[in-house]
Amino acid sequence: MEFPKNLKYTKEHEWIRVEGEMAYVGITEFAQGELGDIVYVEVDTVGETIEIDEVFGTVEAVKTTSDLFMPVSGEILEFNSQLDENDGDNPSLINDDPYGEGWIVKIKLSDLGQLDSLLDAESYTDLVS
Amino acid sequence: MKKTPISDIHEALGAKMVDFAGYYMPLQYEGIQEEHDSVRKNVGLFDVSHMGEFVVKGREAEKLVQSISSNDVKALVPGEAQYSCMPNDEGGIVDDMLVYRLFEDQCSEDEKAFLLVVNASNMQKDWDWITSKNVFDTRMINISEETGLLALQGPKAIQTLQKLTDIDLSEIKYYTFRKGTVSGIENLLISATGYTGSGGFELYVRNEDLAALWNALMHAGQEFDIQPCGLGARDTLRLEMGFCLYGNDIDDTTSPIEAGLGWITKFTEGNDFPSRDMFEQQKLEGVKKKLVAFETEERRVPRHGYLVFDQDENEIGVVTSGTQSPSLDKPIGLAYVRKENSKMGNTIYFQAGKKLIPATIVRLPFYKV
Repeated sequence: MEFPKNLKYTKEHEWIRVEGEMAYVGITEFAQGELGDIVYVEVDTVGETIEIDEVFGTVEAVKTTSDLFMPVSGEILEFNSQLDENDGDNPSLINDDPYGEGWIVKIKLSDLGQLDSLLDAESYTDLVS
Repeated sequence: MKKTPISDIHEALGAKMVDFAGYYMPLQYEGIQEEHDSVRKNVGLFDVSHMGEFVVKGREAEKLVQSISSNDVKALVPGEAQYSCMPNDEGGIVDDMLVYRLFEDQCSEDEKAFLLVVNASNMQKDWDWITSKNVFDTRMINISEETGLLALQGPKAIQTLQKLTDIDLSEIKYYTFRKGTVSGIENLLISATGYTGSGGFELYVRNEDLAALWNALMHAGQEFDIQPCGLGARDTLRLEMGFCLYGNDIDDTTSPIEAGLGWITKFTEGNDFPSRDMFEQQKLEGVKKKLVAFETEERRVPRHGYLVFDQDENEIGVVTSGTQSPSLDKPIGLAYVRKENSKMGNTIYFQAGKKLIPATIVRLPFYKV
């Protein structure tokens, strides 16, 4: 299983890739494997500012439902249109490419300092192994 | 955790293994969708050796089974099976089960023998319950530990299995069974039953022969693209048919009448199972809540425990099972709702997170094979 070094991770199995004040957020390869076939992603929080650890969306897999949590506080700028049911409607991208095409939201960080509390690739690897 | 005799085979196939009712079981191999499709279109193979098997044998074996079973065991002749449940004394269900009337080659002249197949999660509870009711001249033998069970399911199951046996499988009608040899393994119980709705067989086999049987079936099924299938696909397949799952849709507090299992609750003469009077009254006067099937055009998937509301946001029930249907590609579920809300075509709302998702009550099965 792969956990890229340039990402930060949460115990809830989200990853975040920071680009300046912006960041992309998705779920890890481990998370998608645990969920199995993902059939729907719901994010109706675009435009909202959501606090760290709060729910910003939901993933439906065949077997189970899982909430998506904010790794850090921030404003939801964009929901990946390729996952959106009203657009690309291809949620299985999360299974196929969790760190690339399967990113879920783009956010604007409220507090860069919160990044220090996240796990690095090594700590996350320990957590899931 | 207990293991089935072929857990190393599942691991070698790359299965994701989980603890299910204290057993180390395969949840999925390639994925639920693929495994599900293989059963609907071709053939799939399940290791369900966690199931419990009790033999009931003796002069009064039929009386014992009759005293605990809601279905009419007297209707069975050797070689036939029936679905049934064990009611408790409070109008609920101890467990659901298959009842096989066994052939009497191992019985003395005035004896009968039955095989009860029960859920792994309830094995001890069932054993204690039946034992407590056994005031008859009959003995019970728990053969669960030494008995394996493979379910070969799907439209190509018969062709797959026929390659390995001389028994004419087309003569084994639904819910009947034979004893016979498969791939040189003798004395298998070959049962035309299953939990998928796509036909096929369940094969009861001694533990020591389980690996050989699994391998023979996987080999024979190669030309039909046979897939090993886990508990994940087992659940989606059964739910598309509306088959109840104990612990989800039925339990110690639900009555078979409420659960739509009136068809296995037979009020025939002498069929004096526990809570019979209560169920008879429910059948006559109607029940307060009913298990209904529903589907939605929305994308949120109902799950066990989600609350159900009417259009005025009054709470009217609870979801007992739900999944994304792999065959229909839409969310489906079962729920107990108040009788007045249970009409076919009625709109109900299940609560997913903060949202109320509209769904329509439909007839079972969800998927017509």
